[in-house]
Amino acid sequence: MAILPELSLLTAALAFFVLSLSKKLDPDKVKNTAIFFGIVTFVASLIAHGQETMMFFNSYSIDAYSQLFKVMIGFGIGVSLIFGQNLKDIDINVRPEYYMFLFLCGLGLMMLVSSVELISLFVSLELSSFALYILVPMRDDQTGVRVQMEAGIKYILFGVIATGFMLFGMSYIFGLTGTTYLKDIIPALQQISSQPAVIFAVVMVMIGFFYKLAVFPMHFWVPDIYQGASNETTGFIATVPKLGAVALLIRFITLLPEGSPFIVNLFIVLALGSMFYGNLCALVQKDVKRMLGFSGIAHAGFIVLGLLTMNETGYATAIYYISGYVVMNLACFLVLCNVSQKGENLNVEDLNGLHKRQPVLAFIFAVSLFALAGIPPFVGFMGKFMLLTNALQPMELKYIVLVVMAAFNTAIAIYYYLSLVRAAYTTDPEDRPDVEVDNFTQMVGVVLVLIIIIMGTLPSKLVAFAGTAVKTIM
Amino acid sequence: MDNLIINEGFPLLSFLIFFPLFGAVVLLFFSGENFAKYWTLLITSLTACISIPLVTGFDLTTSKYQFAEAHSWIPQLNINYILGVDGISILLVMLTTIIMPFCVLASWTYIKTRIAQFMVCLLIMEAAMLGVFVALDFILFYILWEFMLIPMYLLIAIWGGPRKIYASIKFFLYTLAGSILLLVAIIALYMKNGSFFIPDMMWQNYSTTFQVLVFLSFALAFAIKVPMFPFHTWLPAAHVEAPTAGSVILASVLLKMGTYGFLRFCLPITPEATFLIAPYILWLSIAGIIYGGLTALAQSDMKKLIAYSSVGHMGFVTLGIFVLNKQGIEGAIIQMINHGVTTGALFICVGMIYERTHSRELRSATGVGKFMPWYVTFLAFFSLSSFGFPGTNSFIGEFLILAGTFEADTTLALAAIPGAVLAAAYMLRMLQKIVWGGTDNPDQSYLKDLNFREIITLTPFLIFVFWIGLGPQPFLDLMNESVVELLKNLDGWQLQHQNVANVIIQ
Repeated sequence: MAILPELSLLTAALAFFVLSLSKKLDPDKVKNTAIFFGIVTFVASLIAHGQETMMFFNSYSIDAYSQLFKVMIGFGIGVSLIFGQNLKDIDINVRPEYYMFLFLCGLGLMMLVSSVELISLFVSLELSSFALYILVPMRDDQTGVRVQMEAGIKYILFGVIATGFMLFGMSYIFGLTGTTYLKDIIPALQQISSQPAVIFAVVMVMIGFFYKLAVFPMHFWVPDIYQGASNETTGFIATVPKLGAVALLIRFITLLPEGSPFIVNLFIVLALGSMFYGNLCALVQKDVKRMLGFSGIAHAGFIVLGLLTMNETGYATAIYYISGYVVMNLACFLVLCNVSQKGENLNVEDLNGLHKRQPVLAFIFAVSLFALAGIPPFVGFMGKFMLLTNALQPMELKYIVLVVMAAFNTAIAIYYYLSLVRAAYTTDPEDRPDVEVDNFTQMVGVVLVLIIIIMGTLPSKLVAFAGTAVKTIM
Repeated sequence: MDNLIINEGFPLLSFLIFFPLFGAVVLLFFSGENFAKYWTLLITSLTACISIPLVTGFDLTTSKYQFAEAHSWIPQLNINYILGVDGISILLVMLTTIIMPFCVLASWTYIKTRIAQFMVCLLIMEAAMLGVFVALDFILFYILWEFMLIPMYLLIAIWGGPRKIYASIKFFLYTLAGSILLLVAIIALYMKNGSFFIPDMMWQNYSTTFQVLVFLSFALAFAIKVPMFPFHTWLPAAHVEAPTAGSVILASVLLKMGTYGFLRFCLPITPEATFLIAPYILWLSIAGIIYGGLTALAQSDMKKLIAYSSVGHMGFVTLGIFVLNKQGIEGAIIQMINHGVTTGALFICVGMIYERTHSRELRSATGVGKFMPWYVTFLAFFSLSSFGFPGTNSFIGEFLILAGTFEADTTLALAAIPGAVLAAAYMLRMLQKIVWGGTDNPDQSYLKDLNFREIITLTPFLIFVFWIGLGPQPFLDLMNESVVELLKNLDGWQLQHQNVANVIIQ
């Protein structure tokens, strides 16, 4: 029962494999199967929540921490399947395969957050990554420019390089400690924590996850892949895998000696680099997905801000922030996927007059953008506020500078988020057609908005819960 | 928490915040145009009525926070939901609740598109503005302070004039950029105190550097909101492009948040920095008064003229606050209310002309006196009030402020006098043009005089103009105890530190 969500994802993947063998495909049937399995996965992750056990020769840990992430991953998968149900830009013949790889990616991510052994961790990471690499070029070739192929190749090449770094780091860890189990690695590393090799090894491993999270300078894949992949795929890439990345970053950063100045300085640079690079680049973007990609880099910087304090509150807040970020981003992509008529990329002008063309979507869009921009009372503000409070705790000059710079970034970011709100709310549709959305998707969108508001106004329960979950792995 | 007088009965302040919010939520589901108008009028009027017990039940003998409510909110960070009013905020709360129904009336026919959404924005604005004035927890304050930007942005960006996009983004960016350092300062104060409860942060022994840094972060946020010269450039743009109700809210309530912030936070939390930096702020206020007056003199757009006159009037308010004596601060608070009443009314007047001529240009509104006698009567009184004619409300405010300034520094007071003269010059110029014009007036014979709704909208403003102008004592009584307490603490602080300094020197 403990691995029910994983099993349901595996079943889903197998079901789609069988479905892909049939000659005549009914789009509705494929779609409904996918939504069904998406919901089943979410429910399964809820059922498996609260279980605790070790499995597979102690390399697979079911604990509060992993189950918390599985619920969030299950939620992300379910929601992205619902709003991306039409798969406007994916050929019907490859849709079963598309869903199969999507579920496999989810499976990889769920296994990732449970893995407590380097080899199984690596295998799950690759399972989730390779499934994603294949999803990107599955987009139909509407424009004839074949951007999706370019994106796919870039994604796989950069991804493999990041994996290389990570394997290199893992080999160091194994060399230093003689074990691949994290629970044995922690005490072994603590004994030799003064050695530079320890920091080098752990940082190398983290590079792999920084790549997933798109932290500067491992961000370079983001804009092209976001733009090249279909809207639904981007909506998935931009949200769910980041949960896995944060989960593992926290697992690995706890390996390090606490308060190591080198790591703190490095993370400060990474955080500021991400925020400034992401926000400044986003200012000039015309393509909405590309803009959200850059904004994602900036948000990754905020996550690093939570990690660099290396204390329980920092990790708990980082988890709170990433879960909020996933919800806000899902809401954004819910709107984008449905506004896009034939699955084409949207420019900022394409959102013009959305308030007339589809008022509910416009409302969801505005709330999620203001939340991303960090305006209260939404979750984006509360997350940022808690991260800043925690980072300012030592009251040293470098932390003060960091917090002030991070605060400045909020002001930079508001401009491009506002440009989207402006397009949606203050312009006329001219000759753009109305947007058709089914009620179920609208309802999911409204639920996301409610979650954004409730998480933002009543965060104490969730943060406390994340805190206890983090304590179990420290 | 001992400076709170907890309200055991009906949670009046929470109700004032959440009632408009409830009204807004209802409007999301029922969006008929007429229903939206009447519903919003009902909600805002009820809010105004319900707020009256705040004044009648207000205890004049204490400087503590009354009608207080305290609930735990985010225990991890010691953030609480604490509300309360004292002599400094009570008048601003009343100003907000009373002015809102007239904002609705002023937009009755002015707003023609997306009426329900407009009313939702107004109601959310009201909730957030009231929250800002009664919040006693810094995070609660900051959340509402920032949240307000969204409805205000939408008010300008959707229902604004031709350059609404530029004006709304400038407004949003300016205010947001100003308040980010405010957040950092709040967190820094939390690190020192371990609590976000505002009275806990006051009169603590922070180091001078810390105080100066905190003061500057505060001052940037509040100076932009006021707006003080040279941070005023967003104001004319936003005022000119906003719809009438937006301009009224902006002028009457939003600008007051800056000066309220100075009084509530800067003075008690960073007294030492206040003494250090006050001279610079005073001279910036003088610059604002003169600059606002001169610029207003040169405007041909009525809304711009009033917007620049706001810069001048708010200069008087900051002047009154930072002379740090009783007349000055009481004058400043009264002047905050006066400016809210008078400028709000003037913006409504301009809006009425705009609805008829579809132009804000002074040229196209010349010589309407003959055809709109009621209108020019109102306009004349509000104009007189605006430059502080004796018998009107602004006279009391400006007189007190100038009296306080003379007490503090004669040079400063003399420097502020030209501002008062300039105010008369630009207001009389506008009044002359609108009422009589010249020999080349455009044909105004098609203009209709004010209808019943418009007279109803303007009358209460006129009542307040004369009430405060002729009998200001009840208003001064309301704030007296809190101002005295504030100054007593401030003087005590100064004395104590002078003693320490003397000991060190000896």
